[in-house]
Amino acid sequence: MALLQISEPGMSAAPHQHRLAVGIDLGTTNSLVATVRSGMSTVLQDEHGHSLLPSVVRYLSENEIVVGHEAQAQQSKDPVNTIVSAKRFMGRSLQDIADRAHIPYRFVAGDGVQSMLQIETRAGLKSPVEISAEILKTLKLRAEKALGGELVGAVITVPAYFDDAQRQATKDAARLAGLNVLRLLNEPTAAAVAYGLDNASEGIYVIYDLGGGTFDISILRLSKGVFEVLATNGDSALGGDDFDHRIYCWVLDQVRASQQHFNPLNEEDTRLLLTKARQAKEWLTDNHEAQILCKLSDGSLVDVTLTVDKFLELTQNLVTKTLSPTRKAMRDAGLDIEAINGVVLVGGATRMPHIRHAVENYFKQEPLSNLDPDKVVALGAAIQANVLAGNRSDDELLLLDVTPLSLGLETMGGLVEKVIPRNSTLPIARAQEFTTFKDGQTAMSIHVVQGERELVSDCRSLARFELRGIPPMVAGSARIRVTFQIDADGLLSVSAREQTSGVEANVVVKPSYGLSEDTITGMLQSSFSAAESDKQARALREATVDAERLIEAIQVALTQDGAQLLSQEEQKTIQLQIQALQALNQGKDSHAIHQATEALNHATEAFAARRMDASVKQALAGQDVNTLEL
Amino acid sequence: MSHTAHHFFELLGLPQQFSIDLVVLQRNYRKIQAEVHPDKFVTATPSERLQSMQTATLMNEAYQTLKHPTSRARYLLQLQGIETLEDSNTAMPADFLMTQMEWREAMEDAQHAHDIDALEDLLRTMKASAKALQEEFADTVSGDPQAAAHLVRKLSFIDKVSADVQEIISRLED
Repeated sequence: MALLQISEPGMSAAPHQHRLAVGIDLGTTNSLVATVRSGMSTVLQDEHGHSLLPSVVRYLSENEIVVGHEAQAQQSKDPVNTIVSAKRFMGRSLQDIADRAHIPYRFVAGDGVQSMLQIETRAGLKSPVEISAEILKTLKLRAEKALGGELVGAVITVPAYFDDAQRQATKDAARLAGLNVLRLLNEPTAAAVAYGLDNASEGIYVIYDLGGGTFDISILRLSKGVFEVLATNGDSALGGDDFDHRIYCWVLDQVRASQQHFNPLNEEDTRLLLTKARQAKEWLTDNHEAQILCKLSDGSLVDVTLTVDKFLELTQNLVTKTLSPTRKAMRDAGLDIEAINGVVLVGGATRMPHIRHAVENYFKQEPLSNLDPDKVVALGAAIQANVLAGNRSDDELLLLDVTPLSLGLETMGGLVEKVIPRNSTLPIARAQEFTTFKDGQTAMSIHVVQGERELVSDCRSLARFELRGIPPMVAGSARIRVTFQIDADGLLSVSAREQTSGVEANVVVKPSYGLSEDTITGMLQSSFSAAESDKQARALREATVDAERLIEAIQVALTQDGAQLLSQEEQKTIQLQIQALQALNQGKDSHAIHQATEALNHATEAFAARRMDASVKQALAGQDVNTLEL
Repeated sequence: MSHTAHHFFELLGLPQQFSIDLVVLQRNYRKIQAEVHPDKFVTATPSERLQSMQTATLMNEAYQTLKHPTSRARYLLQLQGIETLEDSNTAMPADFLMTQMEWREAMEDAQHAHDIDALEDLLRTMKASAKALQEEFADTVSGDPQAAAHLVRKLSFIDKVSADVQEIISRLED
């Protein structure tokens, strides 16, 4: 447990200004926001003292939206316009949602077969990204009220098993909500940070994270503040919701068997029964049976009793379904069960006793849950946000995370060639060489997929892109080197170069599931006032803030290393550019500020490279003795 | 980082040889990542963020290459200008091929019998064979690099069968 920092009277607690940063757990069922205050990670509450914000968004009209408990209370009355579990639809197309007949929404397919689905509400068509953005806006507001200032940024958690499309959708939602994303952090890794730091744990830990709609298993090695993910696996469409659904189907069967005329359920009844099913599931955590009693819209009464034994029977194969990814992760990590020092339970669904028993049986040890399984992810994210924002000077925290899914390319016959294997430590890049098939060919198309299967049709399509501007040559003589980079957020970018001519090929990436840049920009603009002057004011403010941030960062770097790594001449050049930008920043020309900011950044590229070289050398300084020992 | 000729051993503070101390490798890798990882540069300039991502990526590649014996062996030969040509040069002595066939047969038999224990045994057998080849490589690499390249090709063979066995086990466990 960290100690409270109490500063001397008249002294500032921090040597520099404390930057307000938060961790956000954007959950399927509930969302939370947390921050580090006086060295302690704390979940922020709303004005009613609630920590959990139900991830429910209700569209009352075009301009009136309610989020959270108030929306949740109305979900059975207004199921079509009250969206719960929007996270399940992030980065997903209509055909991905297998059980959509049982979900009371009016789904609309996206523009392409693989595009993200939308939901028709009385406020118009809404994408899961926009719905999630409403939840994030509510949490942002809560945080700014509680902390009394504007946020520098947020760490937002995602299931470790989220693919590129789902991660990108989450980042887009944050952007729509006006949040600066410091990092997308995997939920089990966030939980490990909160757990590991709180308990000063060392060794190998398993995080078993069963949330409302997603399941993750991560295996980490904790050592002196380094959290190294050894392997991760999961199922991004398995969670507590599925347990509710099993109960719901069972109730329907019971009612059908007992009534002669059973009218098909309308949307209100479906939502009502799903809610009753969830309540029964929660009740059964501490009780032997649950009564499900409610009146349907046609006046008929539902009154059935679910016993614990029946519940176990109905849901046992869901529990078993979590063990398959668990075994795979253990195998990928190359570990036996005896090597595991502890198993941490995360996510509200792990309160179910048969989950606990299954985990205990598999790992042959009692799982740990001394931190609230609903809060531990947000708490960990806040710790990471605090470090990333630069508030910790003794930053000994280092997270080495992995990519959950293999990245591959489509080859002849619809087969996948793996380029980056799953569980590779991030960031990672791999280059692949391609050549032309025909004489004079100037373009080629490349299909990037994510998944473990051998056939393209069994994997998720991430992007199709075209390489254009290849110089015409004899078939097979062009050498096009395509580099795939996955960054620390787990997001993919692609670049390409023709090797023999040195021509930088033009890469047009068309994300298969995500929103295009134009769509996002459109959403952003419509979310602000349409007045032209407002747009200009916003652009100017953004440009000014960017410029100030860059100048500050460069000045810090110059103070640290300017004298050692730059000549007098070089320092002077940078200083002059800083002064030029500062002068422009007093004016109102956002375009000029933007250009000068880019120019200043460009002018410091060599300095950045030298600083990085120096950091690497510094890291191993005084290591000669060790290498000589060999 | 600037693109001067850094090789992976030098980057990670290790002598350029096959036998390395994996504990030192891991410790140095972590020390460097603690300095260069993108998490340390979230509020830095765009130039520094790009440098950080490229350097952290390079360090991950260096670490992974040196951590695994087969890739470390292959890389050592590459530094000497010798390509191991696993894709094109598949000529193997008869006894090695016989062993390969026996392993493949044992794998298929165990797969059909759903015998995970037999597959685990097979993995252990292959691991022991690989270990012997690695020791042979360490003795051969400086004196006879062409023979050493042949050993890398053998190791790649074993890695491939091992990966297939792992894949079958994980499918049988489902």
